[in-house]
Amino acid sequence: MSELTWAVADTWVMAKRNLTVWLRVPAYLVFTVVQPTIFTLLFRYVFGGAIHADVPGGYVNYLLPGIIGQTAAFASFATAISLAVEVQKGVIDRMRAMPMARSAFLGGRLLADVVRMTITILVIVGVGYAVGFRFHGGFGRAVAMVALAIVLGAAVCCISATIGLWLKDEESTQAFGMIWMFPLTFVSSAFVPVSSMPGWLQAFAVNQPITHVVNAMRALALGLPLHDDLWLSAVWLTGIFVVFAPLAVRVYKRVS
Amino acid sequence: MSDVAVVLEGITKSFGDVEALRGVDLTVPRGSVLGVLGPNGAGKTTAVRILATLLRPTSGTAYVEGHDVVRDAAAVRRLIGLTGQATALVDELTGRENLVMVGRLHHLPKTEAESRAAALLEQFDLVDAADRTAKTYSGGMRRRLDLAASLVGQPKVLFLDEPTTGLDPRSRIAMWDVIRDLVREGTTLLLTTQYLDEADELADNIVVFDRGKVIAEGTSDALKDRVGGDVVAFSVASAAAATQAVDAVANVGDGAPVVSGLDVSVAVGSRGSEALLDVVRRLDAAKVTVTGLGIRRPSLDDVFLALTGHVAEEESA
Repeated sequence: MSELTWAVADTWVMAKRNLTVWLRVPAYLVFTVVQPTIFTLLFRYVFGGAIHADVPGGYVNYLLPGIIGQTAAFASFATAISLAVEVQKGVIDRMRAMPMARSAFLGGRLLADVVRMTITILVIVGVGYAVGFRFHGGFGRAVAMVALAIVLGAAVCCISATIGLWLKDEESTQAFGMIWMFPLTFVSSAFVPVSSMPGWLQAFAVNQPITHVVNAMRALALGLPLHDDLWLSAVWLTGIFVVFAPLAVRVYKRVS
Repeated sequence: MSDVAVVLEGITKSFGDVEALRGVDLTVPRGSVLGVLGPNGAGKTTAVRILATLLRPTSGTAYVEGHDVVRDAAAVRRLIGLTGQATALVDELTGRENLVMVGRLHHLPKTEAESRAAALLEQFDLVDAADRTAKTYSGGMRRRLDLAASLVGQPKVLFLDEPTTGLDPRSRIAMWDVIRDLVREGTTLLLTTQYLDEADELADNIVVFDRGKVIAEGTSDALKDRVGGDVVAFSVASAAAATQAVDAVANVGDGAPVVSGLDVSVAVGSRGSEALLDVVRRLDAAKVTVTGLGIRRPSLDDVFLALTGHVAEEESA
């Protein structure tokens, strides 16, 4: 087999390993499925009544794409933490002394996390349907929304992977993740229309990537016009990949 | 060259201002066991990491089975096994799953990876625990599984970095048995350890590291001879008996017998058993009752102290 075939095979072995771990640790399942479900119910029934959103179907339709975007971003917490733990435990050393493809360690992590994320997103869509959410743009646009969420998640995974490999410690990785991920997802159009925020905060909220991606997802889900959000999302996500994917690889190569 | 498995030539490694290795040369003949002995921070692990292609040396060259560890790292990785100080197991996978996964990463076909895993579980006495997750394993079992994982690829050269650190005495001895079996099968082994008795038990040759340099090398016996020969030692019941005993054996050893409390020792050079008989006869003639009489070889602790001026367990600053 060629080197590339082996790289794919090794990546798959690593991805399967990571997914098995995910399925066997109840806490991970809770974190990736139960938590976003609780968020959905919380915003739908507790905060939702107080938030006015001018979209067909009301706030629940506004909310769901936002929850999915946030979940995709939050999914990378697990990426960062697992990588930090594996550096700490010496797993990475062991893998690098084996004749496996060099790319398989990070590649397998990313692949597993994308699969995990997809499952989580589909669960939330299901929960959403149970509480009144409906797609309005047809099947193709619904699939495109899910795909965009996954690309967002994968992009954020690259940032988180860099952080996890850099900090090499479970607690600090978790703490640091909170610091940048909470403002990024909440100070956006994910849960409330940015027009309700004070002007100085709007300036950030309107122009940050999560807002563009969530707006694009919402437009796809509800059959609304996409305006500039889709291509702005593409620019942002490409930018994140171009910067952070090589950075993660670089930090991985140097990690000891 | 053809019967040498591992070579280090003039290896140095600096981390910023810290010189972890300051010019290390060593060779490991194929099929032999080299014990790398030294305290924490002596540079043992750094040397292993360079050989396992995980670190590039600052200068110098290193070869494993004739392959340069920097320029030909991929070839080296196909020939080596590594067991580090931290276990590299996935806790949530079973023992068997861990080994099969490693086999797949060594590019064994699925059925071969499975049969290899089964054989190793058998060899390492892990059959009963094979289908339990690794997190339920005891410390000794984890080390055995970890070692098994490093053997999946049937390495020609095996690096064991402190394989028994943190294990209880029983697990340590079990681990030694496992390692001895590997050596019988002809694997070349480089073993680092802080435990002097471990190097003594397992290694054909020993190099002593201190502060990034090799300060001594040779067989365990040769190193011990550098400190002095055998000692005949015994204990007596009272101070009066000690005085009597010292008088009785005064002319047996090299120099006067040494008394420490109720323990008496006599340095006898290489005349071990002959001197022992002599001591017994003289004590019997003087009617001194003794306990715990025997020959003691100087331990590697004595060697380390003599070579470095500090004890081995000390953390280097």
